[in-house]
Amino acid sequence: MTASKPTRPAFGTPAALASGIILCIAGALFSTAIAGDVAILNTPTLAAAFGVLAILAIPYAARRPAHPFLDLIFGALTGVCAGLLVPVAHAHAGDARFGFWALVIGFWLASWLFVDRMAAWKPGNPGLVRAVNLLIPVLFGATLLMIWELLVKGFGVPKVLLPAPSEIWVRITVSTAILWADFQQTFLKAVLIGYALGCGSAFLIAIAIDRVPFLRRGLLPIGNLVSALPIIGVAPIMVMWFGFDWPSKAAVVIIMTFFPMLVNTVSGLAAADAMQKDLMRTYAAGYWQTLFKLRLPMAMPFIFNALKINSTLALIGAIVAEFFGTPIVGMGFRISTEVGRMNVDMVWAEIAMAALAGSLFYGAIALLERAVTFWHPSTRGGRA
Amino acid sequence: MLTGSEIEDGLEDAMRHPDPVIDIAKLSLTFQTNDGPVHALSDIDLAIEPGDFVSFIGPSGCGKTTLLRVIADLERPTAGSITVNGVSPEQARLNRAYGYVFQAAALYPWRSIAKNVALPLEIMGLSRAEQDARIKKNLELVNLAGFEKKYPWQLSGGMQQRASIARALAVEPNLLLMDEPFGALDEIVRDHLNDQLHQLWAKTNKTVVFVTHSIPEAVYLSTKIVVLCPRPGRVYDVIDSTLPRERTLDMRESEEFLKIAHRVREGLKAGHAYDD
Repeated sequence: MTASKPTRPAFGTPAALASGIILCIAGALFSTAIAGDVAILNTPTLAAAFGVLAILAIPYAARRPAHPFLDLIFGALTGVCAGLLVPVAHAHAGDARFGFWALVIGFWLASWLFVDRMAAWKPGNPGLVRAVNLLIPVLFGATLLMIWELLVKGFGVPKVLLPAPSEIWVRITVSTAILWADFQQTFLKAVLIGYALGCGSAFLIAIAIDRVPFLRRGLLPIGNLVSALPIIGVAPIMVMWFGFDWPSKAAVVIIMTFFPMLVNTVSGLAAADAMQKDLMRTYAAGYWQTLFKLRLPMAMPFIFNALKINSTLALIGAIVAEFFGTPIVGMGFRISTEVGRMNVDMVWAEIAMAALAGSLFYGAIALLERAVTFWHPSTRGGRA
Repeated sequence: MLTGSEIEDGLEDAMRHPDPVIDIAKLSLTFQTNDGPVHALSDIDLAIEPGDFVSFIGPSGCGKTTLLRVIADLERPTAGSITVNGVSPEQARLNRAYGYVFQAAALYPWRSIAKNVALPLEIMGLSRAEQDARIKKNLELVNLAGFEKKYPWQLSGGMQQRASIARALAVEPNLLLMDEPFGALDEIVRDHLNDQLHQLWAKTNKTVVFVTHSIPEAVYLSTKIVVLCPRPGRVYDVIDSTLPRERTLDMRESEEFLKIAHRVREGLKAGHAYDD
């Protein structure tokens, strides 16, 4: 007789996670009896929410094939539990014991389980697939932030060492005017202008190098040399040359972005194979026609590689350069002064903004790359 | 293979074939390499008449592709003379006198099929209307109508190669140079494309120079088969096909066909093509 009823899935990750969740929550709920904790049961909603979460985890632990609907309820409840846990952490900062930590671990396992289940979903609708693909990293990040919050509060870490995300968030919301001014100064002026000039000039010089062989021998080593210059040494010199305002920072960004773009464009221009070039020759195509119709399209994957590398390099360069003299605005300036004043939450607010701006910048270029090099095997995910 | 006196034969020849499309005399090409000179081509004499379908056949390294590239001005000979359409190969290339089909389709992956066919037309600076008309006509000629908006990587190898033939034809040359165009394709696709190529040739009356290492392919397609042999690359035999101009796939079993194939094979054997 063959098995006609669906077999139970093997004891895999979900079952292990669910078992862990149940153990942690049960441990926490009875912790008063075990270790004399700050009583979890004193906040009945928290205890009830975690209790229900433990019950919902039972089907997973029992390896019953789960339904996406159950997954969703489980995920939502996990969020509710985290929300209830934060005030407790704040109320007992530095005072948390066994019961609290058991719930933190329980929450961590529960969100892990939820993300694990989501990754296993197979929605038919492509829009839904995209939403799930987007939601997974978002939930992952949110879980990390939540654990950061709970750990910092639970252990009572001093704010100077590491502020909790909630404190950083508060600082961001009350300092939007300063943050915006810094963002304008550093990102919109120094980074974007330096990036455009650095990448643009490197691109043009790469084409010149490709056209005139002696430049290859002359300019490429100089480009190499420039890339090896330490930014710490260059930045103060640029400040002396171009003044305190953003142009000196843009100059540092140009120096940092120049070489990656130069080298990548030069290799990209060499990427067309002999047959493709012969083809252009049989059409009696001129240099510029060959450049625009064959070699530049062929170089695009290389060029976008450099653009992506440079997007993050530019931001780092501009922020570091501001350590060597700026007017009283800018992300790097803010970081260096607020560190001195022990306002670490402001430093973190700047870091968060830099991370966000850098990621969005990178993402925008990556999107553009997908549109331009749609034909490349690495983009369309196909064979060559 | 002279039958009458040289003068008579020359006169008759001149009357029948006033202007060869390709005229090669005492042509040699030596590559200078680190291991010393390599004689890729040695003392080639060959005339190709308008409307001929000429195959170059020989083992790897016999110089058949090199000879084709010399005709296309992709290589320069080191000695001897060659004219294409009565002018130097370079001038012929600049006149866009030929279409070249490579071993691989060499389609640009960022261009749709229609845009790939348009590539030489853009370079020639033709008007949009003229480009569109030629794209339509030539894609129909190679049975690719309806695939204009597809990208090369969405097509099979055979279709890609057909698109590259359409691209070569779009230039509207009187001469088509083909370098093992079907070498990378399987036997079934190849037979089919051979048949299509034959019909195309019969329809357009172009001169075709075709490099291959397949004996059946050469015999099936050609009006003239040039057997080359290696080290140094030279012409061993030139066979004028006795098959009728109109070919069908079942002709491949005919005695005539086998006789020609036999002569090609004998030529290859005598030219040491089968030696290690």
